[in-house]
Amino acid sequence: MIKNTFQYLHQRRLTLTFLLIGMVILLFIFIPLGRMIFSSNPSVLWNTLLDKEVRDSIWLSIYTALIATAFGLFFGVPLAYFLARHSFPGKRLVEALIDVPIVVPHIAAGIALLFVFGKNYFGGKAFDAIGIGFRDAAPGIIIAMIFVSVPFLINSAKQGFEDVDERLEKVARTLGASPWQTFFKISLPLARRSIFGGTVMMWARSISEFGAVLVLTSHPSIAPILVYDRLVEHGLEYALPVASLLIIITLVIFVVLRYFAYGSKKQ
Amino acid sequence: MIRLENLTVQLKPFTLSGINLEVQRGEYFIILGPTGAGKTLLLETIAGLRKSDAGSIFINDVDVTRMEPERRRIGFVYQDYALFPHLSVKDNIIFGLKCRRVPKTDIADKLKRLTELLNIGPLLGRKPETLSGGEKQKVSLARALSTDPDVVLLDEPISALDPQQRESIQNDLKDICKKLNRTFIHVTHNFEEAVALGDGMAVLSDGRLVQSGTPEDIFRHPNSELVAKFAMTRNIFSGSVTDDGYGGAIFTVANNKLEVVTELRGQLHASIRPEDILISKDMLVSSARNSIKGKITHVDDRGATRYITVSTPIQFVCLVTRRSHEELGLAEGSEAYITFKASAVHVF
Repeated sequence: MIKNTFQYLHQRRLTLTFLLIGMVILLFIFIPLGRMIFSSNPSVLWNTLLDKEVRDSIWLSIYTALIATAFGLFFGVPLAYFLARHSFPGKRLVEALIDVPIVVPHIAAGIALLFVFGKNYFGGKAFDAIGIGFRDAAPGIIIAMIFVSVPFLINSAKQGFEDVDERLEKVARTLGASPWQTFFKISLPLARRSIFGGTVMMWARSISEFGAVLVLTSHPSIAPILVYDRLVEHGLEYALPVASLLIIITLVIFVVLRYFAYGSKKQ
Repeated sequence: MIRLENLTVQLKPFTLSGINLEVQRGEYFIILGPTGAGKTLLLETIAGLRKSDAGSIFINDVDVTRMEPERRRIGFVYQDYALFPHLSVKDNIIFGLKCRRVPKTDIADKLKRLTELLNIGPLLGRKPETLSGGEKQKVSLARALSTDPDVVLLDEPISALDPQQRESIQNDLKDICKKLNRTFIHVTHNFEEAVALGDGMAVLSDGRLVQSGTPEDIFRHPNSELVAKFAMTRNIFSGSVTDDGYGGAIFTVANNKLEVVTELRGQLHASIRPEDILISKDMLVSSARNSIKGKITHVDDRGATRYITVSTPIQFVCLVTRRSHEELGLAEGSEAYITFKASAVHVF
């Protein structure tokens, strides 16, 4: 019996070793998050929630991220489909370019945006003419969010479209479907999980954006900027509950969305 | 009716060049070719899924070379069936009708007729992933037929099936082609499929059509190494299968009656591999059920092996080693017995 157990462990040593190593990184993620959430006093959290400035900033974060993601869907999905179905010289360069916002420091990304959408630059002037200002306004937040987080959506959707067997689209065409019908009835439904996954990622990444938004518009404050302000001005004690609240709210939304995205995977 | 005139498609580094072909309405046409000969490319070009670089495609005398695939009136069946995984069997079948905005009552009518034709009523509510290979095949065919295509293109439609399903689907395919009076173009690398199904056939090799005619003609007078090699490695006969009265079957070809093992009956084909035939000077007493006397008409020397043709007067080709040939003294013109087991005969 003991020998058997030993043999079993021996055979599984790769699995066990990797599991142990994996536990380290899992704890590394969980412990700081857990400590922050649980070290907040519930009554303090409640009081923080009653703070209008906090509520406004969290709400601002959520809805600007939603709008950013909507733009991401509208512009990103067609590009993803195009990239998944066509090859052309320089395609790799384009794909690398899409990843650039992920790899550059986000402060730098914010400065780059400022050079286009700032009041004195052509993008800013053009939008100013139709009454949309980016400096210190919600559109500025949204622009910054789109820039740094749309790559997640594009890449995920592209992968989803690549996984759709091209012959399904071909059969649809022979059956009488136009290219548009084929896209909406075959390609899009079959890639929907990846697109949805990418959408959730983009939205989450938008909510957590700090650097690029800070450069473009520090007022009105999205939640991460409020946390930073309180940390700098009043200290950890005041920043902590806001940070905890932000994490709890986004976690809840995240879990619910993931449930819808992957919960019914078996069907 | 479909006609290809000098059709050329370049898909670097491959080229499908100068394809000329005419297939009549109601004809079951086979395009035979090895893997990589360009069979799928040819079908996809006919379907309009790939642009041709030169030449023309006519369906019922209408030039469709530049027409969009959805307007060509063709049906397509892929090797692994390409059923839409997110739709039920029913929604797969009526997909094309919905895209064409056919009225609901007509869709119901059409669905009913197709389900009856292919006997797939119980499958309608299921998802493709729960179907067996043969079932998927039928659904895929029903879907291809739903839009009343003039031409049905089948890309290796039965290669993925197990032998038993293959036989029954093979019969279904031919029946449906005749019953609906449609043009079927079926590409395959399987010679026996070609013989069993083809009213006419063409051989595609390396992007070119090297021979066309009836399967019989092509196998009797092959002009390509591919077919010649095959013809050399198979004894193929057409004949009829009847009960032998003992629960077995008899395959009759000319004056020869061969014992065979099969459940099939009627006008069919039989093949025997040359290496499965024993050759001897005297009649053999053994468990092998077929022993026939004949005359050696030809010996083809291939170095270590020899192909010996024995006329009974139907010609059988047997494969022996050089040593057996020399030790038995099987010279051209001498008499010999050929012997093979009933189970060595493949009926199709």
